[in-house]
Amino acid sequence: MSRRHTAASQGLAVCEVCGQLASLEQHEHCPRCQAPLHLRKPDSLARTWALMLAAYVLYLPANLLPIMETRSPFGTQHDTIMSGVVVLWDTGSWELALVVFCASIVLPMLKLFSLTYLLLSVHRGSHRNTRQRARLYRLLELIGRWSMLDVYVVTLLVALVQVQSLAIISPGPGVVAFGAVVVLSMLATMAFDPRLIWDRAVPQTVPSDTSAASAEEHRHA
Amino acid sequence: MPTAPLTACHECDLLLQPVALTLPGSRAHCPRCGARLYSFHRDRLEKILALTLAALVLLLTANLYPIVGLNIQGNYTETTVIGAVRHLWQDGREALGGLVLLTTVLMPAIELGAVLWLVLPLWQGRRSPAFAPVFRAFRLAHPWAMVEVFILGVLVSLVKLAHLADVLPGPAIWCFGGLMLLLAALAGLLDGHTLWQAWDEAHPDDGAKPA
Ligand SMILES: [Zn+2]
Ligand SMILES: [Zn+2]
Repeated sequence: MSRRHTAASQGLAVCEVCGQLASLEQHEHCPRCQAPLHLRKPDSLARTWALMLAAYVLYLPANLLPIMETRSPFGTQHDTIMSGVVVLWDTGSWELALVVFCASIVLPMLKLFSLTYLLLSVHRGSHRNTRQRARLYRLLELIGRWSMLDVYVVTLLVALVQVQSLAIISPGPGVVAFGAVVVLSMLATMAFDPRLIWDRAVPQTVPSDTSAASAEEHRHA
Repeated sequence: MPTAPLTACHECDLLLQPVALTLPGSRAHCPRCGARLYSFHRDRLEKILALTLAALVLLLTANLYPIVGLNIQGNYTETTVIGAVRHLWQDGREALGGLVLLTTVLMPAIELGAVLWLVLPLWQGRRSPAFAPVFRAFRLAHPWAMVEVFILGVLVSLVKLAHLADVLPGPAIWCFGGLMLLLAALAGLLDGHTLWQAWDEAHPDDGAKPA
């Protein structure tokens, strides 16, 4: 092989389950594990758009509605995601307030914007910044889960603070919307097929240098 | 020396000729997109088994003991994860309780159980029955097991409660902490490439078809 090729350009599909390469002409199902074979995740773009738009829609109630209600003899207090961060800041732990701010407010927004950018760049057929976009996608897979933080905090506070005479905490409607945003944006990221980033970019970025050995070896500490 | 069959990068579809890694802990990356492809570890299956068994024990104990205890003016309350979920459930918040139960208990349990089911027979040179469906369950569960996020949630809750009451961290915190470390170590050792390669090399005598 003097030039590198993609599997798809050779009529080969990678099995999504076991990674086996198989010719689409000869096989409908993976010869090793019997999973159905596709060149790309079926309807990847449509499914990613749908899940992502649903996450955008729920993002508003998730941030505007209270995620927690505290009833005490002094009245009822409603906390949104943002006011929770402010309270944490005021009560002395600005480091933790910053962590919660990032996980609950910055990350979900950053994630939705990045996914929108990836989708639009694939639709435009862009072949610029492919490596950076591939890295961005890997980052999205890694960080999305951290937004679940507030769901856990509310759950624990609700379970613990149940003293009739002092304070009773119960979950607000915002926290369900918030959990749904996290789940939907994770599903959207999973529905996206990163190979679409590279499909238009083949002539420009396939490294044409060398031989058979094509995996780099990295020593890990 | 026969060349290994071609593979393709799962993230950019580039056809690759696998190279044999020789340094323990080394990892192959795709030259085009940088995706992690596979890695080499000595005695990998034994290590995976040991970590999985330890993680299962920690997951069990983490759910038996309380995570946090709280003393508000003489009223002592404490809760386990299951207790917190049951509370939400009884309150009519099934969706919220379900999400918490799924991501902190069920998904880690499914992931670890699946790894045990797949790797124990492979370690003995056999293929487990229903290998492919169980492998799928493992892959499906992995992104939804969020023990490390839960730990951070416990930490934030402790700080939020600290100015209301006396907070007592429960033994389950340390179990979840250990579980988090074990799961991270497992994620570094486990990849689909390794499991299916071991499956290829194992005796196909019982459960010949993976499906
Ligand atoms: Zn397969
Ligand atoms: Zn690649």
